[in-house]
Amino acid sequence: MKKNIVLEAHSIFKSFYNPVRVDILKDVSFSLNRGEFTSIVGRSGSGKSTLLYILSTMDTDFTGELIVDGSSVHTKTEKELAAIRNEKIGFVFQFHYLLNEFSALKNVMLPGFKLNKVSQEELEHNAYAFLKDLGIEKLANTMAYKLSGGEKQRVAIARAMINDPLIIMCDEPTGNLDSKNADIVFNIFKELTQTYNKTLLMVTHDLDFAEKTDRIIELDDGKIVRI
Amino acid sequence: MKYKYLIEIAGALMLARWKQTLVAAIGVTFSIALFVALLGFMEGLNNLLDGIVLNRTPHIRLYNDIKPSQQQPIDLSEKYKNYHNYISSIKPANTRIEIYNAQQIINKLKKDDRVEGVAAKITTQVFYNFGNIDLNGIINGIEVNQESALFAFSDYVMEGNYQDLEKVPNSIILGYSAAEIINAKIGDLITVTSTEGEQFYLKVVGFFQSGLVEIDKVQSFTSLQTTRKLLGVNSNFISDIQIKLKNLNEAPALANEYETFFNVNAEDIQTANAQFETGSSVRSIISYAVGITLLIVSGFGIYNILNMLIYEKMDTIAILKATGFAGSDVKNIFITISLSIGIAGALGGLSFGFLLSLGIDSIPFNTPSLPKVNTYPIDYGIQYYTIAVVFAMATTFLAGWMPAKKASKVDPVIIIRGK
Repeated sequence: MKKNIVLEAHSIFKSFYNPVRVDILKDVSFSLNRGEFTSIVGRSGSGKSTLLYILSTMDTDFTGELIVDGSSVHTKTEKELAAIRNEKIGFVFQFHYLLNEFSALKNVMLPGFKLNKVSQEELEHNAYAFLKDLGIEKLANTMAYKLSGGEKQRVAIARAMINDPLIIMCDEPTGNLDSKNADIVFNIFKELTQTYNKTLLMVTHDLDFAEKTDRIIELDDGKIVRI
Repeated sequence: MKYKYLIEIAGALMLARWKQTLVAAIGVTFSIALFVALLGFMEGLNNLLDGIVLNRTPHIRLYNDIKPSQQQPIDLSEKYKNYHNYISSIKPANTRIEIYNAQQIINKLKKDDRVEGVAAKITTQVFYNFGNIDLNGIINGIEVNQESALFAFSDYVMEGNYQDLEKVPNSIILGYSAAEIINAKIGDLITVTSTEGEQFYLKVVGFFQSGLVEIDKVQSFTSLQTTRKLLGVNSNFISDIQIKLKNLNEAPALANEYETFFNVNAEDIQTANAQFETGSSVRSIISYAVGITLLIVSGFGIYNILNMLIYEKMDTIAILKATGFAGSDVKNIFITISLSIGIAGALGGLSFGFLLSLGIDSIPFNTPSLPKVNTYPIDYGIQYYTIAVVFAMATTFLAGWMPAKKASKVDPVIIIRGK
């Protein structure tokens, strides 16, 4: 059972000093198992986004321990953390954040460039396959800025998938989409956990969506109130 | 991370802002072109001006100096050996200006492999007679072909054939200004009076123009034999031995060596013409300073444009970092952008600078004192192009490095949350 834990957080505290001390997270501890679809919910300002950025290893300014795939992030250098993000964590953001200078296909391939484990041809083939799964293979060579919001978000999901990560983290992935596109994106996530057996962690304020996930972690004022 | 991908990302970022990129590259092109053209022009001019004097000056000159003897009779006296003596106003004895065993010295020098060539010379004072007026003059008896090969004599013979000096007996090549004063034309016979008081008729076979009017007023050239006749001396008489070395910088050391070895006076070019070296190096320093300033200014251009690019591309940097690109990767991407601008600008600058040099080289430049020069002089030395490229690479690297470092430190959380 221990083997299936991909991410562990032990009593994470985080404060901002701006200019007085504000505690954002207080003693947050939980663990995520492989294949789980977990959502983090909470009111605005409850610290759920902050928690996600800590879990994503981008924010290392906290106390407590975070263990990703068996190793603590506090012992890693910036370069090693970047490598962890590249290989083990996929991201989907609220604002789609594609690189406008590249085509949809190149955007999907970017994390693969960094990982550099497969040849460019193979990478391109994989990226195309993901786009096809998401139903936007026709847009592969369209420049990113020409895509609609829903299309961008699907490209972003394909990008998160390209390096076959352990865990995919999403920050309000449906927050900026109309309900039709939001449903499409949510169903894709559901499918990812079922078909690809991916671990998903989603921050959302949409309780309807959260109810449909396997597990809900609720934050209130920096503390976990439901797990 | 493969370099191919790095270049691809850098290329896409540059393409997205191709106008600014082009402006930065043009800045580098412009400064390198000016650097190359400016230095080529300045060094060309330096070489030309130095050449007026240095090319015609022997690197070492051997001669007998007219000086009072270091040892006076009183020094030989046993009686006053332990006394101090003071003699004021010592006059030289009738020193021979002829170099003893000149032919043997020349043979010995010709075998020395530090020496490029040797030319014998006799210098004597004369008067050019023009009606009742006597003009002061100096006649140089020279080995015509050696003088031409070593000291570019033929370059300064304006009219007539310099080889006629050897072929036509009792012939003279007059300084251009002297010829104007005494109204001599080629083929004319002129009268000169030697210091011994004898008059000679010499046939004018050419005119000589050095570029320095003061010299052209007095200097004339004849063959060695003609000068010997003027002086009434035997056919071994030589008053100066001029030496051209393979390496100019060895001159002071070798001058000392020859002075003791041959027991004659020796003067090196550095002592004789110290001021020319100084002038050239100061001019070079000034043009290097201007050129390097241009390159630094273009470096600031790149710095500005990259800084702007980074502010515009904050989102891109944040997303790259979020998806696993390390700070060093981001830094490499921006340094690649900067170096690409530098390389493209440098290549353009080199070709443009070369064209600019060709342009300057074809501008007419006629001056009576420089007879052989018709256009502005340019030095096409590869060293200016090399320095320009090396320095441009260094400036663009530095100009890119600072913004790139800033980009590598961008905190993706702040950018992503900030939306």
